[in-house]
Amino acid sequence: MIRFTNVNMTYADGNEALRNLNLHIAQGAMVYITGRSGAGKSTLLRLIALIDRHTRGQIIINGQNLDRVRNNRIPLFRRHIGFMFQDHRLLQDRTVFDNVGLPLVIAGYRHQEIRKRVQAALDKVSLLPKINSYPMSLSGGEQQRVGVARAVVHRPAILLADEPTGNLDPALSWDTMKLFEQFNQVGVTVLIASHDLDMIKRLQKRIITLKSGRILTHAGTPMEKQAQTNETG
Amino acid sequence: MPERQWKNKRRLMKPVNKRKNTRPNTSFKSELKRRFDMWLLQHLQAFIFSLGQFAKYPLSSLLTSAVIGISLALPASFYMLFDNVRFVSSSWDGSVQVTLFLQTEINDEQAATFANKLKDNKNINETTFIKRADALAEYQKLSGFADALNALDENPLPNVILVKPELNNINESDTEALIKELEAMPEVDAAQYDSQWFKRLLYLLDIVNRVIIILSTLLAVGVLLIIGNTIRLSIYNRRAEIEITKLFGGTDSFIQRPFLYSGLWYGAFGGIIAWLLIGISMQLLRGPVKQLANLYASDFQLIGLGFFNSLLLVGTGIALGLFGSWISVKRHLRDIDPV
Ligand SMILES: Nc1ncnc2c1ncn2[C@@H]1O[C@H](COP(=O)(O)OP(=O)(O)OP(=O)(O)O)[C@@H](O)[C@H]1O
Ligand SMILES: [Mg+2]
Repeated sequence: MIRFTNVNMTYADGNEALRNLNLHIAQGAMVYITGRSGAGKSTLLRLIALIDRHTRGQIIINGQNLDRVRNNRIPLFRRHIGFMFQDHRLLQDRTVFDNVGLPLVIAGYRHQEIRKRVQAALDKVSLLPKINSYPMSLSGGEQQRVGVARAVVHRPAILLADEPTGNLDPALSWDTMKLFEQFNQVGVTVLIASHDLDMIKRLQKRIITLKSGRILTHAGTPMEKQAQTNETG
Repeated sequence: MPERQWKNKRRLMKPVNKRKNTRPNTSFKSELKRRFDMWLLQHLQAFIFSLGQFAKYPLSSLLTSAVIGISLALPASFYMLFDNVRFVSSSWDGSVQVTLFLQTEINDEQAATFANKLKDNKNINETTFIKRADALAEYQKLSGFADALNALDENPLPNVILVKPELNNINESDTEALIKELEAMPEVDAAQYDSQWFKRLLYLLDIVNRVIIILSTLLAVGVLLIIGNTIRLSIYNRRAEIEITKLFGGTDSFIQRPFLYSGLWYGAFGGIIAWLLIGISMQLLRGPVKQLANLYASDFQLIGLGFFNSLLLVGTGIALGLFGSWISVKRHLRDIDPV
């Protein structure tokens, strides 16, 4: 569950990225965040992951008030979150296996367990044959899927994706979004920031449109209600 | 999609917090053990990973270690040299003795009786008579000037008596008085007492000791700087990795661990290289020193590092390596934020 109450985010240089934002996303929901460049999409995701701290208001993630999460607790907090980026950010000098396994190594899993889970995650994105390749030898779409595998390998409660399809052709973008939907179906809360309004509309999920740090429109709420009943049941 | 495969995927994607709730209530003890195991595992991973980084860039790792090794070997070998000199001088310390050069007219028999007579003096503990012929023979044997000495018709050396003063009497004025008394005797040409240069040697050793301390400190700072800079570079080379690790919940200690271990490896290898350098130098010096010692009729041998000092040397390398990387990590990891 994600709840923003009157949240303001002003960067150190005075940029007001979010203004008085109110937002509720139920556990297990799938939400697209859209808006023009500079609207505050990335900022919203950064606040959820405690990469930056909001300057006013209250944010509650899975029952945890972010104001109460001390800096030395941030790493543990982030282990419940998975990340995806437009520029996938894989480590070029590590194999696909090492890249995908990183969140598990961080969490201190044993090698057998890591191997098992990495294989399962790569299988899910149909990249198991590439497990020992280096990112350099993969196509852009494949690299992006390795990024997806890394984002879910540690079974996060929340998956945050910032422009995950920015570099992909329409077909691959669609596949990637469908992949996210599959993760959402097993209970992961998914937040995706994206420019691609046409595609998002076809996906029939809740869409939050930001403009200059405020919520402009909300669309597709029925999905959220469904998710809420899931949560209580 | 086959049913079995799908189930597998469901398990994969189950969120973390749900899994935790369903976990049977683990006892405090087993939780503690789990955490300890994890801690040990992560240390082992960092340990091996940092060693792997060494193997990956063998040349640059070796160069850095070699610079550290030389920086450690310099003060260490000075200390060793110092130790050896002090050892030699301490053996002189107990045998303060006066050398009496007799008049050339005194023949061997007269000299021997004179030596015996001296023993009666209450300030004298012992006397040793060295015949001029024996002195010459020994000198010829050891000095390598045999031919030159043979060319002389006459033995140029006088008879010599070594006088050991009564031990409880060696204070400055008493020895001075004894020398005056001995010098006044008609049989004696000259009496020589080595206290002055011995004292000078002690002062000199003290100065050398301080120079070594200053030098060691400077070189230790140098080692810290080298290691700190090397670690700083590798932190910036692995910036992307650090950012991603932070983003996926790596704690500061998790992130800094491989860098600390790298520092440890640099220090350890540097220490081992220093140890090797000193060992090789020792082997090179052993022969000549032995010959020199023979010249002084001494069975002195170079004192090596020994087990304890070898450990100390490598340990110092490790400590400096850890400390240098720790400083660097504290300074530079903070600059890196995720995303
Ligand atoms: N680190 C930062 N320091 C200062 N200002 C920032 C920082 N990051 C973002 N901003 C500002 O905050 C506002 C929102 O930025 P944000 O990155 O959230 O936009 P966005 O919606 O993700 O845009 P885009 O679609 O281009 O990625 C912008 O005006 C931006 O200039
Ligand atoms: Mg953005």
